[in-house]
Amino acid sequence: MAEMIKVGMADLKLCISPDSITTLGLGSCVGVAIRDTGNKVGGLAHVMLPDSTEIKNNSNIAKFADTGVEELVRQMEKAGARRNMMVAKIAGGAQMFSFQNSSSPLVRVGDRNVAAVKKKLQELKIPVKAEDTGLNYGRTVEFYPETGDFVIKAVGKPVSKI
Amino acid sequence: MADLDLNNVEGVYYDVLKEIGNIGAGNAATALASMLSQKVDMKVPRVELLDFKELGEAMGGEEQIMAGIYLRIEGDLQGSIMFLLEEKSAYTLVGKLMCTQVTELDEMAQSALKEIGNIITGSYLNSLSTLTNLTISESVPDLAVDMAGAILSVPAIEFGMVGDKMLLIQTAFTDDEEINGFFILVPDLPSYSKLLRALGVITD
Repeated sequence: MAEMIKVGMADLKLCISPDSITTLGLGSCVGVAIRDTGNKVGGLAHVMLPDSTEIKNNSNIAKFADTGVEELVRQMEKAGARRNMMVAKIAGGAQMFSFQNSSSPLVRVGDRNVAAVKKKLQELKIPVKAEDTGLNYGRTVEFYPETGDFVIKAVGKPVSKI
Repeated sequence: MADLDLNNVEGVYYDVLKEIGNIGAGNAATALASMLSQKVDMKVPRVELLDFKELGEAMGGEEQIMAGIYLRIEGDLQGSIMFLLEEKSAYTLVGKLMCTQVTELDEMAQSALKEIGNIITGSYLNSLSTLTNLTISESVPDLAVDMAGAILSVPAIEFGMVGDKMLLIQTAFTDDEEINGFFILVPDLPSYSKLLRALGVITD
């Protein structure tokens, strides 16, 4: 029986076909789904902040785009995935509030998260096959390493598959 | 105590933060009562320091639709405050305020909801200001209606800059129906020490 594994905020997990993996209610955070297209070993990270080097308290490596993506790839390789067979899909990075008051450190944190994830994936030579990022609403994602389907649900919008 | 770590907020610090939650939520209930011109009771607030992973569940699931009102805090303390309501509670409150049935949040209802958030967070911050003798003001409110997880990602990211846990104050107001609300207060790190010093928890 295939199971759906749940990933929390600032968390990451592996997922091997036929299982699938989900994270609920992505806001400004970014969901990074990676799989080996050959042996269907996959994983999903739910990262919150772009850069671990900017923050003093950075012990939770799953929290940051740079260290989170790196750790996910490391764990996937340990589980048998090969770097040159890996592809990624990403979703999230919304701006949930308009922040008329620009003093907030959170202005554009969604965009910065997306950019940081892409930069790290490029460094690791993992192509981004598809993305559904930005705008101003939350997203729930489901990832199926078997097919590579990345299903995205949002409030008041039709379910989409990228 | 220059290097305050939120993950080590224990014992007396935690008690103080909890008490701020109690007093603040009490004042918010009073404000709510005078806004609706009716008696509003309040349950003893639950104050919890939660892992990010546990946040969604504390609100009844990450996909629970909620209204979140977000304001920046300025003055002696810097940071932000958020007031969250279940979607149904938001309709109830707005309906009472506008004396109509509300089933969707049109522009008028959204603006009423922002005002409710403004008044409730304002009274919360007022009690904090009185308690600490610190000057605290707030920015104009910002509103989002979406999945709890998505709305919470905003204060969670702010907390994420200083630690791995978030302080959540849950209050239930009741008149004829129960209204579930959540406060999240996010002072930035220097403000935390300032706050605890003003309350006499830390002495130099």
